[in-house]
Amino acid sequence: MSRRLRGLPASPGIAMGPAWWFRRTLPVAMRTRGEDAAVERMRLQAAQERAAAELAALREAQRDRLSPEELAIFEAQELMLQDPELMAAVEAELVAGASAEAAWRKAVEAFAAQLAALPDPYFQARAADVRDVGNRVLRHLAGGPEAPSMPDHPVIVVADDLLPSETVSLDPRRVLAFVTEGGGPTAHAAILARRLGVPAVVAVGADLQTVPDGVLLLVDGEGGWIEVEPDPETVRQAQARRALWLQERAQAEAAAHEPAQTRDGVRIEVAANVGSLEDAHEAFRNGADSIGLLRTEFLYLERTAAPTEEEEVAVYRALLEAMGGKPVVVRTLDVGGDKPLPYLPMPPEANPFLGVRGVRLSRQHPALLRQQLRALLRAGAGFPLRIMFPMVSTVEEIRWLREFFEDVRSTLAAEGHPLPQDLQVGMMVEVPAAALLAEHFLPWVDFFSIGTNDLTQYTLAADRTNPAVAGMADGLHPAVLRLIRHVTAAVEGTGKWVGVCGELAGDLVAVPVLIGLGVQELSVNPVRVPEVKAAIRRWSLADARALAEEAIRQADAAAVRLLVAEARPPMPATA
Amino acid sequence: MQQVTLTLTNAVGLHARPAALFVQTAARFRSNITVRNLTRGTPPVNAKAILAVLTLGAEHGHVIEIAAEGPDEADAIATLKALVESRFGEDGG
Repeated sequence: MSRRLRGLPASPGIAMGPAWWFRRTLPVAMRTRGEDAAVERMRLQAAQERAAAELAALREAQRDRLSPEELAIFEAQELMLQDPELMAAVEAELVAGASAEAAWRKAVEAFAAQLAALPDPYFQARAADVRDVGNRVLRHLAGGPEAPSMPDHPVIVVADDLLPSETVSLDPRRVLAFVTEGGGPTAHAAILARRLGVPAVVAVGADLQTVPDGVLLLVDGEGGWIEVEPDPETVRQAQARRALWLQERAQAEAAAHEPAQTRDGVRIEVAANVGSLEDAHEAFRNGADSIGLLRTEFLYLERTAAPTEEEEVAVYRALLEAMGGKPVVVRTLDVGGDKPLPYLPMPPEANPFLGVRGVRLSRQHPALLRQQLRALLRAGAGFPLRIMFPMVSTVEEIRWLREFFEDVRSTLAAEGHPLPQDLQVGMMVEVPAAALLAEHFLPWVDFFSIGTNDLTQYTLAADRTNPAVAGMADGLHPAVLRLIRHVTAAVEGTGKWVGVCGELAGDLVAVPVLIGLGVQELSVNPVRVPEVKAAIRRWSLADARALAEEAIRQADAAAVRLLVAEARPPMPATA
Repeated sequence: MQQVTLTLTNAVGLHARPAALFVQTAARFRSNITVRNLTRGTPPVNAKAILAVLTLGAEHGHVIEIAAEGPDEADAIATLKALVESRFGEDGG
């Protein structure tokens, strides 16, 4: 029986294939009583050794793809396997006659429960790591291979949710699509799907549990729904749509290096968000017109002391050179209590997202900000450099920042350094207050770049990393769109510009709405550049404006998505 | 027995890499080493056990007490103190 389940669109495309449940629980029945403590001890030891070897191999194989936080989790898990307190608890159970499985599970669960009860979310999150490493050992005790091991044919990965440490065990070549029960468009599975260029539907809800393993699924990552056991007619239509999608994608890639113009000839800049030199190379290869967001945190993380000015100059120059003279928007250091640095002490905060982050932190450490601005201006000589400040929320802040910046610039000039001629200074708009008062910020900046991830979560009071509410944090919510309209309205006719650099910019449904609202630059994940350019070419700015006007009058994000789906021009523009 | 009381000034407290470094450093010594979180009023736990150290929930700004007893207790305390005071800097530990 065919039936349709609705979720949220998280990555566009159509895919069809067998469902494969990513399960972290053990399907096998467990023995509770052991044979003999010595035998059980040996079995457990062997399983622990295999689990340790597996973790070390995974960590090494993925080293370049993992963030420092993810690497630290792997390292901690390897230490957990040898934890003497854990082993003491296990030993007590074994002596009392428990099986290796039962003893191990009980000891692991006791520690996981203690961690889960701690007040700090960082420590609570470690409970999942302990259980994860515990399950790895249990799988080996059951004689199982590295599970969940993917089938050797392509599948649609179905899960309640996916952690970064779990997705590393998936073979990207055999993933047709992702479908998750929880999460939102900014969840890890969604981001991974967009990076791989496969469709994803998230936040399907508890109904997903009724989908059995192996059943045929149709996934529509644009519409945000899946169909379980589709009937032959639906399958035929889906195959045709998939062929069309693949063809459109091929066309988009062929035209990726051309500028994106609307049907009525208005040029929209499609830029890339990058966080490393490798990303910048990828952006250049994929046809990005510029870098719309260079995150500089990579320079500061993964180390115990701040970088030197000379080090920063060298890295920025390499990045500017990699873009071959295209503009690069560099965001100054953007950290807060949620991603603290070892050498920047931050007092504990009950709510780091409403605490000292972005420029609020930079103002407390002006020497670090001064050095970064000096390095940027020195590296930027001869390049089109844009400097952007994150998390600006008051006019007083931007005025302070602008004066600070001018002071750095004149000091460098007095020292005789050559400075960039083509230079702009802007700010991110992530706080609703900044969007609402955009015209008061305008005199101090050359551009605004809207960070829709944070703007959305601050507007809707929904943490995008909390699966229970992430589904509410849809950037196409009319409340967010109205804020964006405030910003573009303030800039209209001034010669300055507005960009969007959040996940929303790479959402093909959002593209016509954003350009219709007056956004002139969309900065997206490097892999999304060709498709976003193609989406722009399908619309005339006049049609997009009419669509946007209607979008901001809707009552919720779902209504906006429906509106766009119905208005989407039926024919792709010829390249 | 030797002991020392320290404030965690590194950003994340005894968590992630700092916790791993702390445990690995403690494990190098033969003495029995315990650590407790005075801020949260926890009992002392084995400093050589990562899970036990994590359950202290020792965040930035918390005060911890390290105690060592055994043949190399003075060295153990000095080394762990230096590690915490260097904010778990890899070159300072």
